[in-house]
Amino acid sequence: MEVPILKQGPYLIASIQSALSDEDLVQLRDALVAQVGKLRSRGVIVDVTALDVMDSFATRTLRDIAHMIRLRGAEMVIVGIQPEVAFALVRLGLKLEGVATALDLEEGILYLNRKMGESGKEMKHRGR
Amino acid sequence: MGDDRNPKALRATLSSHSARNRADEAEAVHVSIKSDRDIIFARQKGKELASRLGFSNTDLTLIATAISELARNIVLYAKTGEVYLKTVKQGERRGLSVVASDEGQGIPDLQRALQDGYSTSHSLGLGLPGVRRLMDEFEINSELNRGTTVSVKKWVP
Repeated sequence: MEVPILKQGPYLIASIQSALSDEDLVQLRDALVAQVGKLRSRGVIVDVTALDVMDSFATRTLRDIAHMIRLRGAEMVIVGIQPEVAFALVRLGLKLEGVATALDLEEGILYLNRKMGESGKEMKHRGR
Repeated sequence: MGDDRNPKALRATLSSHSARNRADEAEAVHVSIKSDRDIIFARQKGKELASRLGFSNTDLTLIATAISELARNIVLYAKTGEVYLKTVKQGERRGLSVVASDEGQGIPDLQRALQDGYSTSHSLGLGLPGVRRLMDEFEINSELNRGTTVSVKKWVP
């Protein structure tokens, strides 16, 4: 099942609706990395609220996507990791190293806004 | 979705077990693993069986994640294999048994595969120590060029 990607101002929001096959995850990765360039997005939110299982492949692919998005010059944040999923990830020893996470969509947008603010300030600072 | 291809054959393999404890009404599902899509099917079936046993939501997620990893190892290392899900009883305890078996190349260094940090960090499947932590019981048999069978159990607390 393909993951819908919505454009919301400078951000892209990918809302995962159901369990994803490996193929779906790879497709999501390719779509996001391409869309970020096409729409000149500054940030990406991947909402995993509906995911009841995140195994090693899903975790690794999400981590890859986050790093690729950063290499493309944007920021990514994963939102909505459920308490049970967080517990399973910790037990399994899987880490989302270097990947931003936030509680939900709202917090994810706030996180990106803050990041954009920071980079704006930095630019101004450099300009002086 | 998915393929519960051979329910009759499954029931046949089961009957020998359930004959021993007819009162249990052991439930079982067999999922053939042939592609990554079957991984999702296997873990959904496992979750269904486990939820009927009364596991908490957290335990259901741990079980589904363990099944996902075991089925993934089959796809990654042996291409095809089988996952057997079965409700089990031991005295008053009830639980879920998951057996993942394949006829692949086997694991050359089992000791190492069971060590923490081996392969998990790169997430190239395996992750056997992680699966062990998700479940209550863990057993593995692997023979070079013959295949691998991992049996895990979780008991309803």
